[in-house]
Amino acid sequence: MATIKFIQHDGTEMVVEAEDGISLMNAAMDNGVSGIDADCGGECSCATCHVIIDDAWMAKTGQPSDQEESMLDLNPDRGSNSRLSCQIQVSSELEGIIVNLPEFQY
Amino acid sequence: MSESADMVARVLDPYSIPLDGKFDVSDAYLFQQDLHWAWFERLRNEAPVHYCEESEFGPYWSVTKYNDIMQVDTSPEIYSSEGGITIVDEDEEFPLPMFIAMDPPVHDVQRKTVSPVVAPMNLAKMEGLIRQRVCTILDSLPIGEEFDWVDKVSIELTTQMLATLFDFPFEDRHKLTRWSDVATTDEDSDLVESEDQRREELMECLEYFTKLWQERAGKSGNDLISMLANGESTKDMLDRPAEYLGNLVLLIVGGNDTTRNSLTGGVLALNQFPAEYDKLRANPKLIPSMVPEIIRWQTPLAHMRRRATQDTILNGQKIKQGDKVVMWYVSGNRDEDVIDRPNDFIIDRAKPRQHLSFGFGIHRCMGNRLAEMQLRIAWEEILERFESVEVVGEPTRILSGFVKGYSDLPVKLTRKG
Repeated sequence: MATIKFIQHDGTEMVVEAEDGISLMNAAMDNGVSGIDADCGGECSCATCHVIIDDAWMAKTGQPSDQEESMLDLNPDRGSNSRLSCQIQVSSELEGIIVNLPEFQY
Repeated sequence: MSESADMVARVLDPYSIPLDGKFDVSDAYLFQQDLHWAWFERLRNEAPVHYCEESEFGPYWSVTKYNDIMQVDTSPEIYSSEGGITIVDEDEEFPLPMFIAMDPPVHDVQRKTVSPVVAPMNLAKMEGLIRQRVCTILDSLPIGEEFDWVDKVSIELTTQMLATLFDFPFEDRHKLTRWSDVATTDEDSDLVESEDQRREELMECLEYFTKLWQERAGKSGNDLISMLANGESTKDMLDRPAEYLGNLVLLIVGGNDTTRNSLTGGVLALNQFPAEYDKLRANPKLIPSMVPEIIRWQTPLAHMRRRATQDTILNGQKIKQGDKVVMWYVSGNRDEDVIDRPNDFIIDRAKPRQHLSFGFGIHRCMGNRLAEMQLRIAWEEILERFESVEVVGEPTRILSGFVKGYSDLPVKLTRKG
Protein backbone atom coordinates (compact mmCIF):
# COMPACT_ATOMS: atom_id res chain seq x y z
CA MET A 1 0.00 0.00 0.00
CA ALA A 2 1.26 3.47 -0.83
CA THR A 3 -0.09 6.99 -1.02
CA ILE A 4 0.60 8.60 -4.37
CA LYS A 5 0.28 12.27 -5.23
CA PHE A 6 -0.36 13.04 -8.90
CA ILE A 7 0.21 16.65 -9.93
CA GLN A 8 -1.27 17.83 -13.25
CA HIS A 9 0.61 20.18 -15.53
CA ASP A 10 -1.65 23.03 -14.34
CA GLY A 11 -0.81 22.30 -10.70
CA THR A 12 -4.00 20.43 -9.74
CA GLU A 13 -3.18 17.73 -7.21
CA MET A 14 -4.87 14.41 -6.56
CA VAL A 15 -3.89 11.94 -3.86
CA VAL A 16 -4.74 8.26 -4.24
CA GLU A 17 -4.14 5.09 -2.24
CA ALA A 18 -2.89 2.13 -4.28
CA GLU A 19 -2.27 -1.52 -3.54
CA ASP A 20 1.13 -3.14 -3.84
CA GLY A 21 1.89 -4.75 -7.16
CA ILE A 22 -0.27 -2.66 -9.46
CA SER A 23 1.40 -0.12 -11.73
CA LEU A 24 1.39 3.64 -11.21
CA MET A 25 -0.49 3.76 -14.52
CA ASN A 26 -3.28 1.57 -13.16
CA ALA A 27 -3.33 3.53 -9.91
CA ALA A 28 -4.00 6.65 -11.97
CA MET A 29 -6.52 5.06 -14.34
CA ASP A 30 -8.46 3.29 -11.55
CA ASN A 31 -8.84 6.55 -9.64
CA GLY A 32 -9.82 8.75 -12.54
CA VAL A 33 -6.59 10.74 -12.66
CA SER A 34 -6.62 12.42 -16.07
CA GLY A 35 -3.60 13.08 -18.25
CA ILE A 36 -2.61 9.46 -18.87
CA ASP A 37 -3.87 7.72 -21.99
CA ALA A 38 -2.21 4.30 -21.77
CA ASP A 39 -3.26 3.31 -25.28
CA CYS A 40 -1.46 -0.03 -25.27
CA GLY A 41 -2.92 -1.05 -21.91
CA GLY A 42 0.36 -1.30 -20.03
CA GLU A 43 2.62 -3.16 -22.47
CA CYS A 44 5.40 -0.58 -22.60
CA SER A 45 4.74 -0.02 -26.27
CA CYS A 46 2.99 3.32 -26.82
CA ALA A 47 4.60 5.80 -24.39
CA THR A 48 1.24 7.47 -23.66
CA CYS A 49 1.56 6.99 -19.88
CA HIS A 50 4.59 9.26 -19.59
CA VAL A 51 5.13 10.80 -16.15
CA ILE A 52 7.87 12.81 -14.48
CA ILE A 53 8.96 11.41 -11.11
CA ASP A 54 9.91 13.77 -8.30
CA ASP A 55 13.67 13.77 -7.60
CA ALA A 56 13.31 12.34 -4.10
CA TRP A 57 11.72 9.12 -5.40
CA MET A 58 13.69 8.70 -8.60
CA ALA A 59 16.16 6.16 -7.16
CA LYS A 60 13.40 4.12 -5.54
CA THR A 61 11.59 3.55 -8.82
CA GLY A 62 14.56 1.62 -10.24
CA GLN A 63 16.06 1.71 -13.72
CA PRO A 64 14.01 1.67 -16.90
CA SER A 65 14.42 -1.45 -19.05
CA ASP A 66 15.87 -1.22 -22.57
CA GLN A 67 12.40 -1.37 -24.02
CA GLU A 68 11.18 1.44 -21.79
CA GLU A 69 14.25 3.46 -22.76
CA SER A 70 13.49 3.07 -26.45
CA MET A 71 9.86 4.07 -25.93
CA LEU A 72 10.79 7.08 -23.78
CA ASP A 73 13.14 8.13 -26.54
CA LEU A 74 10.20 8.64 -28.88
CA ASN A 75 9.16 11.60 -26.77
CA PRO A 76 10.83 14.88 -27.77
CA ASP A 77 9.94 16.28 -24.32
CA ARG A 78 11.74 13.53 -22.44
CA GLY A 79 13.52 14.76 -19.32
CA SER A 80 15.94 13.12 -16.88
CA ASN A 81 13.08 12.07 -14.57
CA SER A 82 10.79 10.79 -17.32
CA ARG A 83 9.34 7.31 -16.87
CA LEU A 84 6.50 5.25 -18.25
CA SER A 85 4.04 4.80 -15.40
CA CYS A 86 3.03 1.32 -16.59
CA GLN A 87 6.54 0.13 -15.77
CA ILE A 88 6.63 1.21 -12.11
CA GLN A 89 5.08 -1.13 -9.52
CA VAL A 90 3.51 0.28 -6.40
CA SER A 91 5.11 -0.85 -3.12
CA SER A 92 5.39 0.51 0.44
CA GLU A 93 8.81 1.86 -0.55
CA LEU A 94 7.07 4.41 -2.72
CA GLU A 95 4.93 5.77 0.17
CA GLY A 96 4.26 9.47 -0.49
CA ILE A 97 5.67 9.45 -4.03
CA ILE A 98 5.03 12.58 -6.09
CA VAL A 99 4.26 11.97 -9.77
CA ASN A 100 4.07 14.91 -12.18
CA LEU A 101 2.02 14.66 -15.35
CA PRO A 102 3.23 16.20 -18.60
CA GLU A 103 1.19 18.76 -20.55
CA PHE A 104 0.61 16.30 -23.40
CA GLN A 105 0.91 12.60 -24.11
CA TYR A 106 2.36 11.78 -27.52
CA MET B 1 -5.80 -13.94 -68.73
CA SER B 2 -8.02 -11.03 -69.62
CA GLU B 3 -9.17 -8.85 -66.78
CA SER B 4 -12.80 -9.98 -66.92
CA ALA B 5 -11.85 -13.66 -67.00
CA ASP B 6 -9.53 -13.00 -64.10
CA MET B 7 -12.45 -11.52 -62.15
CA VAL B 8 -14.61 -14.54 -62.80
CA ALA B 9 -11.87 -16.87 -61.64
CA ARG B 10 -11.57 -15.19 -58.25
CA VAL B 11 -12.96 -16.95 -55.23
CA LEU B 12 -15.02 -14.53 -53.18
CA ASP B 13 -16.30 -16.73 -50.36
CA PRO B 14 -13.45 -17.74 -48.03
CA TYR B 15 -15.51 -20.60 -46.56
CA SER B 16 -15.83 -22.27 -49.99
CA ILE B 17 -12.13 -23.17 -50.20
CA PRO B 18 -9.71 -25.10 -47.99
CA LEU B 19 -7.73 -23.11 -45.46
CA ASP B 20 -4.35 -24.16 -46.80
CA GLY B 21 -1.18 -22.54 -48.16
CA LYS B 22 -3.10 -21.08 -51.06
CA PHE B 23 -5.52 -19.12 -48.87
CA ASP B 24 -4.45 -15.59 -49.82
CA VAL B 25 -5.83 -12.46 -48.14
CA SER B 26 -3.41 -10.09 -49.87
CA ASP B 27 -5.41 -9.73 -53.10
CA ALA B 28 -6.15 -6.01 -53.49
CA TYR B 29 -9.46 -6.89 -55.16
CA LEU B 30 -10.81 -8.19 -51.84
CA PHE B 31 -10.24 -4.78 -50.29
CA GLN B 32 -11.61 -2.86 -53.24
CA GLN B 33 -14.83 -4.91 -53.07
CA ASP B 34 -14.96 -4.74 -49.25
CA LEU B 35 -14.95 -8.55 -49.12
CA HIS B 36 -11.87 -9.04 -46.93
CA TRP B 37 -13.75 -9.09 -43.61
CA ALA B 38 -14.90 -12.72 -43.83
CA TRP B 39 -11.44 -13.82 -44.98
CA PHE B 40 -9.81 -12.34 -41.91
CA GLU B 41 -12.56 -13.60 -39.64
CA ARG B 42 -11.84 -17.13 -40.84
CA LEU B 43 -8.11 -16.70 -40.24
CA ARG B 44 -8.64 -15.28 -36.74
CA ASN B 45 -10.87 -18.21 -35.79
CA GLU B 46 -9.10 -21.08 -37.51
CA ALA B 47 -5.49 -20.09 -38.31
CA PRO B 48 -4.58 -16.87 -36.53
CA VAL B 49 -0.94 -17.06 -37.65
CA HIS B 50 -1.18 -18.39 -41.19
CA TYR B 51 1.37 -19.12 -43.93
CA CYS B 52 0.41 -18.32 -47.50
CA GLU B 53 2.80 -20.20 -49.81
CA GLU B 54 2.13 -18.33 -52.99
CA SER B 55 0.78 -14.90 -53.75
CA GLU B 56 1.44 -12.01 -56.08
CA PHE B 57 3.89 -10.84 -53.40
CA GLY B 58 5.55 -14.18 -52.73
CA PRO B 59 5.08 -16.31 -49.62
CA TYR B 60 4.12 -14.50 -46.40
CA TRP B 61 2.77 -15.04 -42.90
CA SER B 62 -0.48 -13.38 -41.87
CA VAL B 63 -0.79 -12.31 -38.22
CA THR B 64 -4.44 -11.55 -37.54
CA LYS B 65 -5.07 -11.44 -33.75
CA TYR B 66 -4.66 -8.24 -31.72
CA ASN B 67 -2.21 -9.62 -29.16
CA ASP B 68 -0.05 -11.46 -31.70
CA ILE B 69 0.22 -8.26 -33.74
CA MET B 70 1.24 -6.38 -30.60
CA GLN B 71 3.95 -8.97 -29.97
CA VAL B 72 5.40 -8.66 -33.47
CA ASP B 73 5.22 -4.87 -33.43
CA THR B 74 7.05 -4.64 -30.10
CA SER B 75 9.87 -7.05 -30.99
CA PRO B 76 11.88 -5.14 -33.61
CA GLU B 77 14.96 -7.28 -32.90
CA ILE B 78 13.08 -10.38 -34.11
CA TYR B 79 10.84 -8.74 -36.70
CA SER B 80 12.89 -6.26 -38.73
CA SER B 81 11.52 -3.35 -40.75
CA GLU B 82 14.53 -3.25 -43.09
CA GLY B 83 13.69 -3.81 -46.73
CA GLY B 84 10.20 -2.35 -46.66
CA ILE B 85 7.13 -2.10 -44.47
CA THR B 86 4.43 -3.19 -46.89
CA ILE B 87 3.78 -6.60 -48.36
CA VAL B 88 5.25 -5.39 -51.65
CA ASP B 89 8.99 -6.00 -51.80
CA GLU B 90 11.16 -2.95 -52.18
CA ASP B 91 12.06 -2.03 -55.75
CA GLU B 92 15.72 -3.04 -55.89
CA GLU B 93 16.49 -0.70 -58.76
CA PHE B 94 14.75 2.20 -57.07
CA PRO B 95 15.18 1.82 -53.32
CA LEU B 96 13.66 4.47 -51.09
CA PRO B 97 15.25 4.33 -47.65
CA MET B 98 13.02 5.86 -44.98
CA PHE B 99 13.18 5.63 -41.21
CA ILE B 100 9.95 3.69 -40.92
CA ALA B 101 11.78 0.95 -42.84
CA MET B 102 14.89 0.99 -40.67
CA ASP B 103 15.84 -0.68 -37.42
CA PRO B 104 17.58 0.91 -34.42
CA PRO B 105 19.93 2.68 -34.04
CA VAL B 106 19.64 4.64 -37.34
CA HIS B 107 15.85 4.66 -37.10
CA ASP B 108 15.88 6.27 -33.66
CA VAL B 109 18.26 9.07 -34.66
CA GLN B 110 16.32 10.06 -37.77
CA ARG B 111 12.91 9.82 -36.16
CA LYS B 112 14.03 12.03 -33.31
CA THR B 113 14.99 14.78 -35.72
CA VAL B 114 11.64 14.84 -37.47
CA SER B 115 9.21 14.10 -34.65
CA PRO B 116 9.21 17.51 -32.88
CA VAL B 117 7.33 19.08 -35.81
CA VAL B 118 4.24 17.01 -34.98
CA ALA B 119 4.70 17.20 -31.22
CA PRO B 120 1.55 18.32 -29.35
CA MET B 121 3.23 21.58 -28.35
CA ASN B 122 3.78 22.50 -31.98
CA LEU B 123 0.31 21.33 -32.93
CA ALA B 124 -1.30 23.62 -30.37
CA LYS B 125 0.31 26.56 -32.21
CA MET B 126 -1.11 25.36 -35.51
CA GLU B 127 -4.66 24.71 -34.32
CA GLY B 128 -5.92 28.20 -35.20
CA LEU B 129 -4.62 28.07 -38.76
CA ILE B 130 -5.93 24.56 -39.28
CA ARG B 131 -9.38 25.53 -38.03
CA GLN B 132 -9.45 28.57 -40.27
CA ARG B 133 -8.65 26.41 -43.30
CA VAL B 134 -11.24 23.80 -42.34
CA CYS B 135 -13.91 26.53 -42.04
CA THR B 136 -13.07 27.96 -45.46
CA ILE B 137 -13.40 24.54 -47.08
CA LEU B 138 -16.68 23.69 -45.32
CA ASP B 139 -18.21 27.08 -46.10
CA SER B 140 -17.58 26.57 -49.81
CA LEU B 141 -19.58 23.33 -50.02
CA PRO B 142 -22.90 23.15 -51.90
CA ILE B 143 -26.04 22.57 -49.79
CA GLY B 144 -28.71 20.12 -50.91
CA GLU B 145 -26.94 18.83 -53.99
CA GLU B 146 -24.84 15.75 -54.50
CA PHE B 147 -21.05 16.05 -54.52
CA ASP B 148 -17.98 13.89 -53.87
CA TRP B 149 -16.87 14.20 -50.23
CA VAL B 150 -13.46 12.65 -50.99
CA ASP B 151 -12.54 15.25 -53.56
CA LYS B 152 -14.06 18.36 -52.04
CA VAL B 153 -13.35 17.75 -48.35
CA SER B 154 -11.04 14.86 -47.47
CA ILE B 155 -8.37 15.48 -50.11
CA GLU B 156 -8.55 19.25 -49.92
CA LEU B 157 -8.29 19.34 -46.16
CA THR B 158 -5.44 16.90 -45.73
CA THR B 159 -3.52 18.44 -48.60
CA GLN B 160 -3.77 21.88 -47.06
CA MET B 161 -2.65 20.46 -43.73
CA LEU B 162 0.36 18.82 -45.30
CA ALA B 163 1.26 22.01 -47.16
CA THR B 164 1.18 23.76 -43.79
CA LEU B 165 3.55 21.23 -42.21
CA PHE B 166 6.05 21.45 -45.08
CA ASP B 167 5.48 25.20 -45.52
CA PHE B 168 4.95 24.11 -49.13
CA PRO B 169 4.04 26.74 -51.75
CA PHE B 170 0.27 26.84 -51.29
CA GLU B 171 -0.64 27.24 -54.96
CA ASP B 172 1.30 24.03 -55.80
CA ARG B 173 -0.22 21.98 -52.99
CA HIS B 174 -2.06 19.57 -55.31
CA LYS B 175 1.30 18.17 -56.33
CA LEU B 176 1.49 16.70 -52.82
CA THR B 177 -1.74 14.77 -53.35
CA ARG B 178 -0.50 13.44 -56.67
CA TRP B 179 2.87 12.32 -55.25
CA SER B 180 1.14 10.66 -52.35
CA ASP B 181 -1.16 8.70 -54.68
CA VAL B 182 1.66 7.81 -57.07
CA ALA B 183 3.93 6.57 -54.27
CA THR B 184 1.42 4.03 -52.96
CA THR B 185 -0.35 3.04 -56.13
CA ASP B 186 -0.96 -0.63 -56.85
CA GLU B 187 0.53 -1.71 -60.17
CA ASP B 188 -2.90 -2.87 -61.37
CA SER B 189 -4.52 0.52 -60.81
CA ASP B 190 -4.59 2.99 -63.67
CA LEU B 191 -3.09 5.93 -61.82
CA VAL B 192 0.21 5.68 -63.70
CA GLU B 193 0.86 4.01 -67.04
CA SER B 194 4.14 2.37 -66.17
CA GLU B 195 6.73 1.90 -63.48
CA ASP B 196 8.93 4.33 -65.45
CA GLN B 197 6.28 7.01 -65.21
CA ARG B 198 5.96 6.38 -61.47
CA ARG B 199 9.70 6.85 -60.97
CA GLU B 200 9.73 9.94 -63.15
CA GLU B 201 7.01 11.57 -61.08
CA LEU B 202 8.78 10.70 -57.84
CA MET B 203 12.00 12.21 -59.21
CA GLU B 204 10.05 15.43 -59.89
CA CYS B 205 9.02 15.34 -56.25
CA LEU B 206 12.64 15.01 -55.19
CA GLU B 207 13.68 17.86 -57.46
CA TYR B 208 10.99 20.15 -56.09
CA PHE B 209 11.88 19.40 -52.50
CA THR B 210 15.60 19.73 -53.18
CA LYS B 211 14.97 23.35 -54.13
CA LEU B 212 13.01 23.91 -50.93
CA TRP B 213 15.85 22.34 -48.93
CA GLN B 214 18.44 24.57 -50.54
CA GLU B 215 16.37 27.67 -49.84
CA ARG B 216 15.99 26.73 -46.19
CA ALA B 217 19.36 25.25 -45.22
CA GLY B 218 21.09 27.48 -42.70
CA LYS B 219 17.91 29.40 -41.88
CA SER B 220 15.58 28.88 -38.96
CA GLY B 221 12.09 27.50 -39.56
CA ASN B 222 9.57 25.24 -37.86
CA ASP B 223 8.51 23.35 -40.97
CA LEU B 224 9.55 19.78 -41.70
CA ILE B 225 11.99 20.67 -44.48
CA SER B 226 13.82 23.27 -42.39
CA MET B 227 14.05 20.71 -39.59
CA LEU B 228 15.59 18.10 -41.86
CA ALA B 229 17.92 20.60 -43.54
CA ASN B 230 19.21 21.92 -40.24
CA GLY B 231 18.92 18.92 -37.91
CA GLU B 232 22.26 17.60 -36.65
CA SER B 233 21.59 14.00 -37.70
CA THR B 234 19.91 14.76 -41.04
CA LYS B 235 21.62 17.87 -42.45
CA ASP B 236 23.76 15.81 -44.85
CA MET B 237 20.76 13.82 -46.11
CA LEU B 238 20.69 15.79 -49.35
CA ASP B 239 23.91 13.94 -50.28
CA ARG B 240 21.79 10.78 -50.16
CA PRO B 241 18.90 11.80 -52.42
CA ALA B 242 17.20 8.39 -52.31
CA GLU B 243 17.01 8.65 -48.54
CA TYR B 244 15.66 12.21 -48.73
CA LEU B 245 13.00 11.10 -51.20
CA GLY B 246 12.19 8.07 -49.06
CA ASN B 247 11.56 10.18 -46.00
CA LEU B 248 9.52 12.69 -48.00
CA VAL B 249 7.33 9.91 -49.32
CA LEU B 250 6.92 8.63 -45.77
CA LEU B 251 5.81 12.02 -44.49
CA ILE B 252 3.58 12.76 -47.49
CA VAL B 253 1.85 9.38 -47.41
CA GLY B 254 1.81 9.25 -43.62
CA GLY B 255 0.18 12.66 -43.40
CA ASN B 256 -2.10 12.42 -46.38
CA ASP B 257 -3.68 9.12 -47.38
CA THR B 258 -4.34 8.08 -43.82
CA THR B 259 -6.21 11.13 -42.52
CA ARG B 260 -7.92 11.57 -45.88
CA ASN B 261 -9.48 8.15 -45.63
CA SER B 262 -10.42 8.55 -41.98
CA LEU B 263 -12.23 11.78 -42.87
CA THR B 264 -14.24 9.86 -45.44
CA GLY B 265 -14.60 6.76 -43.27
CA GLY B 266 -16.15 8.80 -40.47
CA VAL B 267 -18.95 10.02 -42.73
CA LEU B 268 -19.60 6.50 -43.95
CA ALA B 269 -19.58 5.06 -40.42
CA LEU B 270 -22.06 7.62 -39.08
CA ASN B 271 -24.37 6.84 -42.00
CA GLN B 272 -24.13 3.10 -41.44
CA PHE B 273 -24.79 3.56 -37.72
CA PRO B 274 -27.44 6.32 -37.63
CA ALA B 275 -28.10 5.89 -33.89
CA GLU B 276 -24.48 6.93 -33.30
CA TYR B 277 -24.99 9.97 -35.52
CA ASP B 278 -28.01 10.92 -33.36
CA LYS B 279 -25.92 10.44 -30.24
CA LEU B 280 -23.26 12.72 -31.67
CA ARG B 281 -25.74 15.45 -32.66
CA ALA B 282 -27.19 15.35 -29.15
CA ASN B 283 -23.77 15.52 -27.55
CA PRO B 284 -20.89 17.01 -29.57
CA LYS B 285 -18.66 16.48 -26.51
CA LEU B 286 -18.33 12.91 -27.77
CA ILE B 287 -16.13 14.07 -30.67
CA PRO B 288 -12.83 13.38 -28.84
CA SER B 289 -13.84 9.76 -28.20
CA MET B 290 -15.41 9.36 -31.64
CA VAL B 291 -12.19 10.34 -33.38
CA PRO B 292 -10.10 7.34 -32.26
CA GLU B 293 -13.12 5.11 -32.93
CA ILE B 294 -13.20 6.37 -36.53
CA ILE B 295 -9.50 5.57 -36.83
CA ARG B 296 -10.06 2.05 -35.47
CA TRP B 297 -13.15 1.37 -37.56
CA GLN B 298 -11.53 2.64 -40.75
CA THR B 299 -7.98 1.34 -40.14
CA PRO B 300 -6.56 3.52 -42.94
CA LEU B 301 -3.47 1.34 -43.33
CA ALA B 302 -4.55 -2.29 -43.56
CA HIS B 303 -1.18 -3.78 -42.66
CA MET B 304 2.51 -3.37 -41.94
CA ARG B 305 5.08 -6.00 -42.73
CA ARG B 306 8.27 -7.22 -41.07
CA ARG B 307 10.91 -9.82 -41.87
CA ALA B 308 12.08 -12.40 -39.29
CA THR B 309 15.75 -11.96 -38.35
CA GLN B 310 15.86 -15.43 -36.75
CA ASP B 311 13.81 -18.61 -36.40
CA THR B 312 11.05 -17.92 -33.93
CA ILE B 313 7.68 -19.14 -32.71
CA LEU B 314 4.53 -17.02 -32.79
CA ASN B 315 1.30 -18.39 -31.32
CA GLY B 316 2.56 -21.92 -31.94
CA GLN B 317 3.69 -21.39 -35.54
CA LYS B 318 7.33 -21.84 -36.54
CA ILE B 319 8.50 -18.77 -38.42
CA LYS B 320 11.85 -19.12 -40.21
CA GLN B 321 14.59 -16.55 -40.47
CA GLY B 322 13.96 -14.41 -43.56
CA ASP B 323 10.20 -15.04 -43.70
CA LYS B 324 7.93 -12.14 -44.52
CA VAL B 325 5.48 -11.44 -41.68
CA VAL B 326 2.41 -9.28 -42.30
CA MET B 327 0.57 -7.73 -39.35
CA TRP B 328 -3.00 -7.18 -40.50
CA TYR B 329 -4.08 -4.20 -38.38
CA VAL B 330 -7.42 -4.29 -40.21
CA SER B 331 -8.01 -7.73 -38.68
CA GLY B 332 -6.59 -7.05 -35.21
CA ASN B 333 -8.88 -4.04 -34.90
CA ARG B 334 -11.86 -6.40 -35.32
CA ASP B 335 -10.59 -9.03 -32.85
CA GLU B 336 -13.57 -9.92 -30.66
CA ASP B 337 -11.28 -11.23 -27.90
CA VAL B 338 -9.94 -7.74 -27.24
CA ILE B 339 -12.54 -5.32 -28.57
CA ASP B 340 -16.18 -5.53 -27.56
CA ARG B 341 -18.60 -5.69 -30.57
CA PRO B 342 -15.65 -4.94 -32.86
CA ASN B 343 -17.65 -4.60 -36.07
CA ASP B 344 -19.88 -1.92 -34.59
CA PHE B 345 -19.04 1.75 -34.72
CA ILE B 346 -19.56 3.04 -31.16
CA ILE B 347 -18.60 6.64 -30.48
CA ASP B 348 -18.47 6.40 -26.70
CA ARG B 349 -16.34 3.34 -26.05
CA ALA B 350 -14.66 3.05 -22.63
CA LYS B 351 -11.14 2.78 -24.11
CA PRO B 352 -11.40 4.36 -27.56
CA ARG B 353 -7.67 4.68 -28.10
CA GLN B 354 -7.12 0.96 -27.69
CA HIS B 355 -6.63 0.07 -31.35
CA LEU B 356 -3.83 -0.95 -33.70
CA SER B 357 -4.22 1.66 -36.44
CA PHE B 358 -1.14 3.60 -35.30
CA GLY B 359 0.88 0.45 -34.63
CA PHE B 360 2.78 -0.05 -31.38
CA GLY B 361 6.41 0.07 -30.32
CA ILE B 362 9.24 2.10 -31.80
CA HIS B 363 7.50 2.59 -35.17
CA ARG B 364 4.24 3.80 -33.65
CA CYS B 365 2.73 6.55 -35.78
CA MET B 366 4.58 9.77 -35.14
CA GLY B 367 1.66 11.87 -36.34
CA ASN B 368 -1.06 10.23 -34.26
CA ARG B 369 -1.89 13.42 -32.34
CA LEU B 370 -1.91 15.49 -35.50
CA ALA B 371 -4.30 13.05 -37.14
CA GLU B 372 -6.62 13.18 -34.14
CA MET B 373 -6.47 16.95 -34.02
CA GLN B 374 -7.38 17.30 -37.70
CA LEU B 375 -10.32 14.94 -37.36
CA ARG B 376 -11.49 16.60 -34.15
CA ILE B 377 -11.46 20.09 -35.66
CA ALA B 378 -13.14 18.87 -38.85
CA TRP B 379 -15.98 17.22 -36.93
CA GLU B 380 -16.43 20.19 -34.58
CA GLU B 381 -16.90 22.47 -37.56
CA ILE B 382 -19.06 19.98 -39.50
CA LEU B 383 -21.48 19.63 -36.57
CA GLU B 384 -21.56 23.38 -36.18
CA ARG B 385 -22.79 23.83 -39.78
CA PHE B 386 -24.65 20.79 -41.01
CA GLU B 387 -27.63 18.87 -39.68
CA SER B 388 -26.43 15.91 -41.72
CA VAL B 389 -23.82 14.73 -44.16
CA GLU B 390 -25.91 12.10 -45.90
CA VAL B 391 -24.30 9.38 -47.99
CA VAL B 392 -26.41 9.15 -51.16
CA GLY B 393 -24.60 6.42 -53.12
CA GLU B 394 -22.09 3.63 -52.84
CA PRO B 395 -18.49 4.54 -51.97
CA THR B 396 -15.76 3.61 -54.46
CA ARG B 397 -12.91 1.90 -52.68
CA ILE B 398 -9.23 1.97 -53.60
CA LEU B 399 -7.59 -1.07 -55.21
CA SER B 400 -4.96 -1.68 -52.54
CA GLY B 401 -4.27 -4.10 -49.72
CA PHE B 402 -2.22 -1.41 -47.97
CA VAL B 403 -4.00 1.94 -48.15
CA LYS B 404 -7.55 1.19 -47.10
CA GLY B 405 -9.57 4.01 -48.46
CA TYR B 406 -11.96 5.61 -50.89
CA SER B 407 -11.71 7.43 -54.18
CA ASP B 408 -15.32 8.62 -54.18
CA LEU B 409 -18.17 9.07 -51.68
CA PRO B 410 -21.32 10.83 -52.93
CA VAL B 411 -22.98 12.91 -50.21
CA LYS B 412 -25.61 15.58 -49.75
CA LEU B 413 -25.55 18.22 -47.02
CA THR B 414 -28.44 19.62 -45.01
CA ARG B 415 -27.84 22.93 -43.31
CA LYS B 416 -28.37 23.14 -39.59
CA GLY B 417 -31.32 24.93 -38.01
